[in-house]
Amino acid sequence: MAEFSLPANSVVKEGKTFKAPAGAKNVKKFKIYRYDPDSGENPRLDTFEIDLDDCGPMILDALIKIKNEIDTTLTFRRSCREGICGSCAMNIDGTNTLACLKPIADVKGDCAIYPLPHMPVIKDLVPDLNMPYAQLRSVEPWMQADTPAPANQERLQSIEEREKLDGLWECILCFSCQTSCPSYWWNGDRYLGPAVLLQAYRWIADSRDEATGKRLDDLNDPFKVYRCHTIMNCTNTCPKGLNPGKAIAEIKKLQFERQ
Amino acid sequence: MTTGNRPLSPHLQVYKLPLAGKMSITHRMTGIIMSLGLVFFTYWIVAAAYGPEAFATAQALMTSWFGMIIVFGWTACLFYHLVNGIRHLRWDTVRGLEKEDLVASGRVTIGLAVILTVTFWIFAAL
Repeated sequence: MAEFSLPANSVVKEGKTFKAPAGAKNVKKFKIYRYDPDSGENPRLDTFEIDLDDCGPMILDALIKIKNEIDTTLTFRRSCREGICGSCAMNIDGTNTLACLKPIADVKGDCAIYPLPHMPVIKDLVPDLNMPYAQLRSVEPWMQADTPAPANQERLQSIEEREKLDGLWECILCFSCQTSCPSYWWNGDRYLGPAVLLQAYRWIADSRDEATGKRLDDLNDPFKVYRCHTIMNCTNTCPKGLNPGKAIAEIKKLQFERQ
Repeated sequence: MTTGNRPLSPHLQVYKLPLAGKMSITHRMTGIIMSLGLVFFTYWIVAAAYGPEAFATAQALMTSWFGMIIVFGWTACLFYHLVNGIRHLRWDTVRGLEKEDLVASGRVTIGLAVILTVTFWIFAAL
């Protein structure tokens, strides 16, 4: 049975407020989820007042400014700052996205920032992603073929065959979609989730892969795929504009067609 | 999910559901309400089989303002669930799943459900 409320140790308490420097004219409040595993205390929501006239344009710029200038203990993952590494995925203004691609100007009023939803929190905005990684491993996301590759040549695809992979290969595994899905929230231990199923379909759709039947057999399970109820939060939240919901629908259709 | 000693990050508490997400949970709720409404509907049918007095009581309850609100709500749920169910069937054929389509078909669904409910009650009132 789905647990709709947060466990007692996870309820978010009121936190500290860090005032903007005197004379700041363009102030925006960032309300940021904080959790310190060493304190033994519940998570809290700290408020940081930032002078936007002295800050870069993206949410990640504000986070880095806070870490550099206000509170060095603020913890978050980031690397490429251009939407290709997938590290800075978090819940910003109620939607999962990449902090580096989300303009501060897109958020009206105060800006609330939480870790990716319904995940164990390691510290502040850093969730434990071991489970989705294990699930990804379970779909064997690599090419499998018994036929040897042609001598001195790669395995060729027609333009049409290659086009089937567009919208699939671009996934950077940020898990924004995975953790936006209520089905994954309630059944994450058995439902593979949108990001993993998009990867599963990426290999099913690949003309060079010869394990399609085995892949579909593995996915033919009431929970692994069919907990998807087409809520479509995944597609609505993907920061790369991909469509995991549609990929899952394609898997369901293939399962139906081969019956 | 087991989180060990770690806290669970907020989910429903902070997530802003887009239209498609809101309509999905509404689909579930209308389904549950319709099931509960069947109890009411069954009572009405059984009362008709039981005899004139029992049916008169049931009919009075059904046509009281309280009964009318329930029956109106039940038909509204029925039409929403019906139209959105057809939307789901279309999705199962891998059509209409692009982001823009979700908003468009969502609006059409809500509009059709309202039109069907109102039309039904206009005919019922005649």
